[in-house]
Amino acid sequence: MMLSFTPDTSSARSPAHSSAHSRRNAILGSALLALAVLVLPILISASGSMTWLRIADIALLYIMLALGLNIVVGFAGLLDLGYIAFFAVGAYVWALLSSPHLAQAFPALGPEGLHWPMWVILPLGACIAGLFGVLLGAPTLRLRGDYLAIVTLGFGEIVRIFMNNLNQPINLTNGPQGITRINPVMFGQFSFGKSVTFGSITVPSLMLYYYLFAALAVLIVVASIRLQDSRIGRAWEAIREDEIAARAIGINTRNIKLLAFAMGASFGGVAGGLFASLQGFISPESFGLMDSICVLCMVVLGGMGHIPGVILGTLLLTGLPEALRHWAGPAQQALLGKVVIDPEALRMLLFGVALVLVMQFRPAGLWPSSTRQRELEELADTLPDDENDNDDDDDDDDEASQRSKEVRS
Amino acid sequence: MTRAHLASYTPSTKLILATAAMSLLALAGCGKQENSAPAASAPAEPAAPAIATVKIGMASPLTGPQAHIGIDIRNGVQLAVDDINAAGLTIDGKPVKLELVAEDDEANPTKATTVAQKLVDAKVAGVVGHFNSGSSIPASRVYSDAGIPQISPASTNPSYTEQGYKTTFRVVANDSQQGPVVATYAVNTLKAKTIAVIDDSTAYGQGLAGTFEAKAKELGAKIVAHEHTTDKDTDFAAILTSIKGKKPDAVFFGGIDTQSGPMKKQMTTLGMKATLLGGDGMQTPNFIALAGADAEGVMASIPGLPRDKMPGGPDFVKRFKEKFGAEVELFAPMGYDAVHVLVEAMKRANSSDPAKYLPEVGKTQYNGVIGPIAFDAKGDLVNGPVTIYVVKNGAWEAVETVGGSAPAAAK
Amino acid sequence: MCRPYATPLHPPLLYQKPDKPGINALPVKRPNVVKLREQLIPLIIDLAVVLVFLPNATNSRMDIFLQQIVNGLVLGSIYALVALGYTMVYGLLGLINFAHGEVVMVGAMVALSVINFGLANGWPLPLAVLLATASAMLCCMALGWLIERVGYRPLRHAPRLAPLISAIGISIILQQLMMLIWGSTYRPFPALFNSEPHVVLGASITDLQILIIVLAAATMGGLMLLVQRTRFGRAMRATAENPAIATLMGVNTNRVIALTFMLGSALGALAGVMVSANYAIAHFSMGFMLGLKAFTAAVLGGIGNLAGAVVGGLLLGLIEALCSGYISDLTGGMFGSNYRDVFAFLVLILVLIFRPSGLMGEKVAERA
Repeated sequence: MMLSFTPDTSSARSPAHSSAHSRRNAILGSALLALAVLVLPILISASGSMTWLRIADIALLYIMLALGLNIVVGFAGLLDLGYIAFFAVGAYVWALLSSPHLAQAFPALGPEGLHWPMWVILPLGACIAGLFGVLLGAPTLRLRGDYLAIVTLGFGEIVRIFMNNLNQPINLTNGPQGITRINPVMFGQFSFGKSVTFGSITVPSLMLYYYLFAALAVLIVVASIRLQDSRIGRAWEAIREDEIAARAIGINTRNIKLLAFAMGASFGGVAGGLFASLQGFISPESFGLMDSICVLCMVVLGGMGHIPGVILGTLLLTGLPEALRHWAGPAQQALLGKVVIDPEALRMLLFGVALVLVMQFRPAGLWPSSTRQRELEELADTLPDDENDNDDDDDDDDEASQRSKEVRS
Repeated sequence: MTRAHLASYTPSTKLILATAAMSLLALAGCGKQENSAPAASAPAEPAAPAIATVKIGMASPLTGPQAHIGIDIRNGVQLAVDDINAAGLTIDGKPVKLELVAEDDEANPTKATTVAQKLVDAKVAGVVGHFNSGSSIPASRVYSDAGIPQISPASTNPSYTEQGYKTTFRVVANDSQQGPVVATYAVNTLKAKTIAVIDDSTAYGQGLAGTFEAKAKELGAKIVAHEHTTDKDTDFAAILTSIKGKKPDAVFFGGIDTQSGPMKKQMTTLGMKATLLGGDGMQTPNFIALAGADAEGVMASIPGLPRDKMPGGPDFVKRFKEKFGAEVELFAPMGYDAVHVLVEAMKRANSSDPAKYLPEVGKTQYNGVIGPIAFDAKGDLVNGPVTIYVVKNGAWEAVETVGGSAPAAAK
Repeated sequence: MCRPYATPLHPPLLYQKPDKPGINALPVKRPNVVKLREQLIPLIIDLAVVLVFLPNATNSRMDIFLQQIVNGLVLGSIYALVALGYTMVYGLLGLINFAHGEVVMVGAMVALSVINFGLANGWPLPLAVLLATASAMLCCMALGWLIERVGYRPLRHAPRLAPLISAIGISIILQQLMMLIWGSTYRPFPALFNSEPHVVLGASITDLQILIIVLAAATMGGLMLLVQRTRFGRAMRATAENPAIATLMGVNTNRVIALTFMLGSALGALAGVMVSANYAIAHFSMGFMLGLKAFTAAVLGGIGNLAGAVVGGLLLGLIEALCSGYISDLTGGMFGSNYRDVFAFLVLILVLIFRPSGLMGEKVAERA
């Protein structure tokens, strides 16, 4: 449990945080990845399937969301079970400021309501969500572990209940009926809500959204990486590993924790605003506890604290259920000759099994950071083996076999 | 040092590439899957290759807490598809076979749009769905962009049809129709002077309770309390006790049977004598099963004529039970009729191409299991009759049919 | 956060009053954790809640107020029964068994099937009820063992969140399996007792509800005796204190943990039967919200503490009942019963601000 910003003396096999030495490889990798990201929607739409384009859009939204939660849970080690509340705040800010809804409650706004441009709403949504993050963080500073988890869960529910009920006395959120006719993203007169024709090429609306979301997701990834490597990021890590020691070396734990909540929340707020614009309709149903848990699953399953891991976890958890949706029925048909188990139930069943299995074989996530992985191994070494069972799958192997496992996954 | 770093970095780079490659492969696979699906189903019926297949989409929550309602709708749609296929369908002189494409929207608005896109990709001719207004509304944008008619069997949120889409219809009364009828009955016939209202904080329950409350107030009844519960609760003792203290003559509940069943039982335990009233979400056999003997005297409305007065009504309930081994839960009749509405429109337009038969859907005049179906300009049901039922000897019995231009009133 | 859950953040809390030195043979130095002050605080809060509401209550009607207290106690006892299962596992392992709510649901479903089978074959009702409860408890014990063995034991040295995700996975699996087996409809649950309520001072209560309240208290008492007075309880405390040293002292920690899971699951099954019988309804998704509320109750009382689970459960039940009943009148209709959960969670947050480890939980050292 060393602090990562103390000189690393533990072993030579540790990669330093800065990847300066492997810059060339990093650039190559990123370039290829960027190419894949750029080409992906074209390939998808060439296959004639808009479904997967929509799934890709939503996966990008979830990446932003999961990276936000990763700051709170992965970097600062604060378990947050109500994270979806910030997504909700962002979505409602966008919906209220970019739809005719407010005109009902405040006729002074004119019949058309507010239609502010994206440049204003998106940062505003991020700020308001960040404010909510501080609001949640402030009373919970002293809480630890599971107590923090239940309070954040309560906070998420409180936000949802307010959104479900703030149609009285003034109709602010339209309650369970939700808000409709939310504007799509607009750049001036250019709307992302319709497909655009450039000469002979028609670009569907979903593809426009894809590139917009991809750009913003890249922005958030870069921000996450920069944060992780910054003074703040190291302070978060210090708090995660040992709060008292962190305070002892002069970290203002209160401000740094609040900052984690605020940063994480603001990423969620951005994703929420974009979600509202993509869907055109939002209602409190989208922001339930299960949604919070789902985002947490993405972060933990991928490898919390490790940005590529989180992205992998998100892609898998958005893609896997959809893939099962496509294959659960036909696969049974092919293997058994008839559909034995209701494909929809089977899909959720397999999803649950996948969660359990991944945790069994990769308890630190599918793609944890190498530091975390090593810590885990060291810990397993130091701990006495109090289990005399034989199917123990703690990996006490050396780094090499660990790495080969990583590649296999 | 440097070598070590390089070595430790390489696997990650490889992994990035591998992941990218895998995702591309997966996607390519999906594309193939899409194309091969019809091919795979074609050899299954080699006997009649000439029969064209028309796909009918269906979307509702098939997993999760609301699965019982979603599956009910799917079964209703399935029954309609099977019935039509059994009777033999010809469109424009050619034999046509219907095929159901059922999707699970998990009652989740995000999944709903994905599922909608999947149905559009599968080239369905029309969609019956979704259940939740929260799913129907965002999905309606996808269907509208594709020009595919969407008939919701259950979404009552008024904004669903107010978005200006030509493709949105519903075969369920909008909240503003049932509430006032029940209110009029409660105040004028039951002579209720003080009424308590409970809603389940959903779009359906709150809308229904709101229209009931407004009409009841207008007719001079005093609303002594408006309490709220949720669609997941089973303990209503606290709100019922509070209501009991205000001694209302009647209690109106905006919500569905899974709440109102236990609620009625708890009213009995608390010694409340007030009549429990509700809307179509309560008028189900399941309500009687859940409330048991306490169900006696509960009143609920349902849009349409009494089921036994309708052409295929009792028959529908019987055949549904035979086929699926379950009672009709709630919206199965609506799902059943929605398919017929689509097919009738196809017949009239002599085409199953959405672009060609969409205008015909709006002109529907169909006598279905739920009563006469006709749409107004927005796609809402034209005000039909509403029938009020009471539980007598363990069964729903029609007491009065209100409104509607239908000639055959119950009594 | 690379801490395995075998060494929880907090010192274990199951351990309470080392009142009989002879039984505490283990050389574990622990302070006397239950102080008078700590026992008084929940009482004071209860009183405060009642005092806030009392003027209003007397303004309206005493019988209604009494009924609300009864409602709160019944609901609270249900929460308490479920919360005990959470708290036992947590006290031992520092692990939130998120799948506990689903175990409760499975218990209810199994009991429902057995009762229906029994009644259909003409068994007398008491026999059917007893057999149903017994079989539900047995099934859930097996299930509890399985969950521990498959879902949690391999993760004992994993990062702290891994068991949580595993638990969520298990929850999903159980829900889907139950939906496949018992279908998706809400099932009516037959009445186990005479459902005719007793009316005392204008408040009605059924036999079953009295049983639920008694059962919650009795279970808590029984578990406390088990933990503090028996050999197995001593093994539990030793395991909670330090599994490695407990092993050295001859405790088979794996067996202790497995048995604790089985015990907790059997209690869950009992709770499931009571819940379903009280509301006359059983459904494959009934466990989720119930588990969540019970978990909240356990945290409110101080998770890991048996008495805390019951105090937290009762308190949560009372808050919910009184909020639903009176908040609308108190705020002039501004906030109605729709804000019930908001108030419940606000009380939770307030309690945790002033007592970060719950009402009866031990003061948590910043660093275990």
